[in-house]
Amino acid sequence: MIPELGYGAAIVALVLALWGAVTAALGARTGRPALLLSAQHAALAVFVLVTACFALLTYAFLTFDFSVRYVATNTNLGTPFYYRITGVWGALEGSIILWTWMLGLYTLIVILRHREGARELYPWVLTVMLGVLAFFLLVITVAAPPFARQAPVPADGRGLNPLLEDTGMITHPVALYLGFTGLTVPFAFAMAALITGRVGDAWITLTRRWTIIAWYFLSLGLLIGGWWSYHVLGWGGYWAWDPVENAAFMPWLTATAFLHSVMIQERRRMLKLWNISLVILTFSLTLFGTFLTRSGVIASVHAFTQGTIGAFFLSFLALVLLTALGLLAVRWDALHAQGELDSIVSRESAFLLNNVLFVAATFTVFFGTVFPLLSEAARGVKVSVGAPFFNQVNVPLFLALIFLMGVGPLIAWRRASFDNLRRNFLWPVLVGVAAAAFFFSLGVRSAIAVLVLALTVFVASTITVDFARASRARVRLGEPLLPAMGGLLRRHNRRYGGFGVHLGILIIAVGVTGSQAWSVQTETTLRRGEYAELAGYRVRFEDLTASEESNHFKVAGAFTVSNGRGLGVLRPAKKFYPQETSPIAYVDYRLGLREDIYLVLGDFARDGSQATVKFQVNRLVSWIWIGGLVLTAGAVLAILPEKKKAA
Amino acid sequence: MRKTKFITGGAVIAAALAYMIYAGVTQSAVYFVTPAELRASAVAGKAYRLGGMVLPGSVTWEPRTLALHFTLGDGTATVPVRHKGTPPDLFGEGRGAVVEGTWSADGYFRASLILAKHSEEYKAPHDASQAGYKELIRTLQGDGR
Repeated sequence: MIPELGYGAAIVALVLALWGAVTAALGARTGRPALLLSAQHAALAVFVLVTACFALLTYAFLTFDFSVRYVATNTNLGTPFYYRITGVWGALEGSIILWTWMLGLYTLIVILRHREGARELYPWVLTVMLGVLAFFLLVITVAAPPFARQAPVPADGRGLNPLLEDTGMITHPVALYLGFTGLTVPFAFAMAALITGRVGDAWITLTRRWTIIAWYFLSLGLLIGGWWSYHVLGWGGYWAWDPVENAAFMPWLTATAFLHSVMIQERRRMLKLWNISLVILTFSLTLFGTFLTRSGVIASVHAFTQGTIGAFFLSFLALVLLTALGLLAVRWDALHAQGELDSIVSRESAFLLNNVLFVAATFTVFFGTVFPLLSEAARGVKVSVGAPFFNQVNVPLFLALIFLMGVGPLIAWRRASFDNLRRNFLWPVLVGVAAAAFFFSLGVRSAIAVLVLALTVFVASTITVDFARASRARVRLGEPLLPAMGGLLRRHNRRYGGFGVHLGILIIAVGVTGSQAWSVQTETTLRRGEYAELAGYRVRFEDLTASEESNHFKVAGAFTVSNGRGLGVLRPAKKFYPQETSPIAYVDYRLGLREDIYLVLGDFARDGSQATVKFQVNRLVSWIWIGGLVLTAGAVLAILPEKKKAA
Repeated sequence: MRKTKFITGGAVIAAALAYMIYAGVTQSAVYFVTPAELRASAVAGKAYRLGGMVLPGSVTWEPRTLALHFTLGDGTATVPVRHKGTPPDLFGEGRGAVVEGTWSADGYFRASLILAKHSEEYKAPHDASQAGYKELIRTLQGDGR
């Protein structure tokens, strides 16, 4: 009964979403408020119904309703309570429900915030949001129905993919989807701007904070994904240029480009066409990413299940692109820029270059990801390019972007004079060069590492110079130092929030560079009492213990770690799940600011006399997570409502 | 005049990117082959991703040296593979495996990476091996204390 209710709710929601999309469009054309009101009610009803679907599916999980195929494949009687809830979005069908629910939530917030303020755009925004919702509801009802029954009903379910039994698995998809679905909002506004012909700055001003919020969640999702990969997958890395990772990274790159390019439009009335295209591209990439990861066209270690769903997403993507391109063609004349670039040495061109580089990076990632398809279609041979390709092409782009991160916010608009350059950049450049010499003298010989560290110091100095100068100006006006700094952050929250995000990215860049350049590892088989040594650490194999957990068996090794003094015992393990043919590695680690000690249990003798262990000393990895926290602080500051300037 | 500058700048960036992508592809392209295809045209030193089935009875692993030897087959041809490291969790005889590495002139495939294939199909929990785990726990506990 419950599954049928859920299925029915999804069908009604689909009909209402279509109804709402149509009535909102009619309301926009006829100007009759009753139609718009009806569309709003439909949006509210859709949200309530999707919430009901979500609740019913959760209920089916909690009550072990194995007659529902999705429940049976993603849970079993041994699954702990906590993971029975997160298991709801542990695979395709449920994650689409989560996605739709968030989209419904965003639609409601858009209604609440914008129904008064943006009269011309608003009805069309509602049409687009409800149209996208209708697509996802179509997926739920037709392509990937989560409530589909199966017969005969199995006595027990298969169980959640053991790799997903982790706290990161609650937060990672939630953050990522909040980012993906949030990007629908600026897309809807851009489409509304194209439909109404109001391609000026209104849609950009209205969606500014929406974009930052979506961007932040996307960043958070990527970072949590990295953390999950690092502490669950047991290969000692956090990013593998896997198609699934790339699918989430591409919209992040274009959204980042968009966050920067809107500033030029706001200030100089330029890049209208570019901005609208970037938003369309970003939204399309979220759909493309879902297509890529869910259709199975490209093999990935994530290996989600597939079905007809790929065709659905590809068709919808084609529809979105054709509509958007058609509208762009219709509004072509209105999209011409009013401002013009004055000089190559100006903030406009720094931002423009930033955008070109972000789009180039997006293209690189796209090209590398679909390369196996391209080569098979063109030459009939299956060729793939791996991490070396992505690193080789992207590292120069990212280095240039870090450099621009220092230049962009401080260089003058229109045309930078020599004085402007000297005033803002003389000290940061000198400090950066000194830093390069300093790190070289410390024995850092990797050119990329020296460059990243020097650029980081350079950019951090530009931020310090800017902040110090602005604070000093306020102190001169008689304010005490700390309130002056606080007031500055609050008054110019967008600027300093952006700087905070930049600092976070810099810290992440240092962490990535350090872990790539200086991490070391060894793999060895130890008998009891034997030890392995690496980078000044000694790891001694003590013994092997086995235990029976609620839904699996666990074999754990005990390894004492020391570097002259004792650092405790690490217990990497292998977990044997009855439903899996292979064991799952369970990593144990000791995190540190300088380096992490990271142990993975390999093979072991059944009598416990010896064990093979992979022993890694991973450098500076913690700074990636710390950078994520700094980035969060910056993003929160930037999202705060702007304070009205005192008269 | 100014426009020319920007167009030139754009062209330079596009050319640089095209070159980087070209160089990247030529240097890191990995060819997907089956054992039969590899046997037909193996070039020593070239990077391949070789996919096949791990032939039953072909796996030997020496824990102390981490030397892992096995044979990959596809029904028509077989290729001996050597690797240094622990067999990954999903690796096993009679199962699919994809290995990445190079063909050695000495007549074997030197694998730097083993990607075992994950089977996606539904499987009922198997009680027989649960008994196996219980046995394992007993052995370890009996021996450990």
